[in-house]
Amino acid sequence: MNMTIAGLTLRSMLGRKRVWLLLPLPVLLIGLTLLGHLHDTVDTDWIRPIEQGLGFGVVVPVMALIIGASVIGSEIDDGTIVHILTKPLPRREILIAKLVIAAAVTAITTGATMFVAGVIASDLRFGIGLAVGAAIASCCYCALFVALSLVSRRPVLVGLVYILLWEGLLTHVLTSGGVISIEAYAVTIANRIGGGSVLDASVSVRTAVIMAILFAVGGAWLGINRLKSFTLAGETS
Amino acid sequence: MSTVDLAAVSRWYGNVVAVNDVTMSLAPGVTGLLGPNGAGKTTVLHMMAGFLPPSQGTVTIDGEPTWHHPDVYRKIGLVVEREAVHGFLTGYEFVLASARLHKLAAPKTAARRAIELVEMTEAADRRIETYSKGMRQRVRVAAALVHEPPVLLLDEPFNGMDPRQRLHMMDLLHAMGSAGNTVLFSSHILEEVEQISGTVQVIVSGRLAASGDFRTIRRLMTHRPHVFAIRSTDDRRLAVALLGEESVAGIDVAAGEIEVRASDYGAFTRALPRIAIREGVRVSQLRPSDESLESVFAYLVAS
Repeated sequence: MNMTIAGLTLRSMLGRKRVWLLLPLPVLLIGLTLLGHLHDTVDTDWIRPIEQGLGFGVVVPVMALIIGASVIGSEIDDGTIVHILTKPLPRREILIAKLVIAAAVTAITTGATMFVAGVIASDLRFGIGLAVGAAIASCCYCALFVALSLVSRRPVLVGLVYILLWEGLLTHVLTSGGVISIEAYAVTIANRIGGGSVLDASVSVRTAVIMAILFAVGGAWLGINRLKSFTLAGETS
Repeated sequence: MSTVDLAAVSRWYGNVVAVNDVTMSLAPGVTGLLGPNGAGKTTVLHMMAGFLPPSQGTVTIDGEPTWHHPDVYRKIGLVVEREAVHGFLTGYEFVLASARLHKLAAPKTAARRAIELVEMTEAADRRIETYSKGMRQRVRVAAALVHEPPVLLLDEPFNGMDPRQRLHMMDLLHAMGSAGNTVLFSSHILEEVEQISGTVQVIVSGRLAASGDFRTIRRLMTHRPHVFAIRSTDDRRLAVALLGEESVAGIDVAAGEIEVRASDYGAFTRALPRIAIREGVRVSQLRPSDESLESVFAYLVAS
């Protein structure tokens, strides 16, 4: 992995206000989990809507979206991508470096958040299950959204539509919709590792693992492909 | 030493043709790409830099196509018009990153040398966001030069520079050209192009309008017929008198004014007041009809 690009990407990301504005989300999740735990230590009905609905359904994908769309998307927007592309580096090397940083930052932040929430909600094993689920979801979402930022001019908008409309609504309505839902894979894997069936898993573990790998690899491949054909238009006047 | 070749290159976007059948070959030395805004200069530069595929024709550097070919960047240094740089980096860090990405054997030495070349050594350890526009430009040039590319492409490098900075940049480009590098810079100001380059490629509305030594271009541009619209107290009388002048190539009489085509700008402007006084005609309005750069370029395309 190209360390210079990784370093630049990380420094740039950490200096971006938009990324720090995401902080309320994990805080909110942990806060609500704490409230639920303090309110009802016997009845665990509240875990599903918060950890699954809010956690896997909103916090993880939205953080992945903002972080993933910023590693290349913001450089395209402000024009600094030219400095990275006018180098004799295979586009694969460039994209992978950025994707790794995006996935790592997302996985660490969401993983830590879900781990804390899981431990508060139930026990250590549940916490680990949630963390692993979050980490895997982070990788898949980041691959998807990094590719999206090279395909669409409005990656955040399209990403939000995907999260809210597709994964948030339609996959719950369509019976086998869970097959194409990163959220579903994360929930299944979290359940499997966390023990028990507190979360509502809609796909099998095997499907979840295979599909997660497909999404991650497919997203990376699409991103590399688009980056190879990156174009700069002529003057606009 | 490298050459950049465009062979019958066209580029269109749907119905809009941005570059139309352009063939040019850039040899070592400095070439100026001159043309009005929107002529296609940036499109040509981006195609040379591998950021846009030609719709037709080939764009090659030493025979290798620039599109889909990241290796070609060993030979190219590109300075785009847009002022984008990572502001949080210091000038030195930015140039050093460029050196590292080029996988140079001694990136730090190369970075320092490039920074010295653009005279930014003093400010190199300050963050780029504290730089003035001219300083950012220089740091971008340093980053583009750090790997000593044989081909240097600059899009409107003098935009927004003060006279001292412009002079310095011109010296730099001139030195690079003399050292055997192939330098291409674009501009819409003839004077800029005149001062550094040997060769000028004039591009207008996507076409190559003229190509050659800048003196030839200058002659073409100043020796074209100039058109003036004149209103006076007796247009026809004035017209008849003016036709007797050698510097007048033709006159069109329209309602309320006459349009005079002068083949010799200087002689005509001296003759007009003399003739007007002699004929007893008062000139109330004298308007050059075609002084815009566009019409100058249009003339070049037509000829």
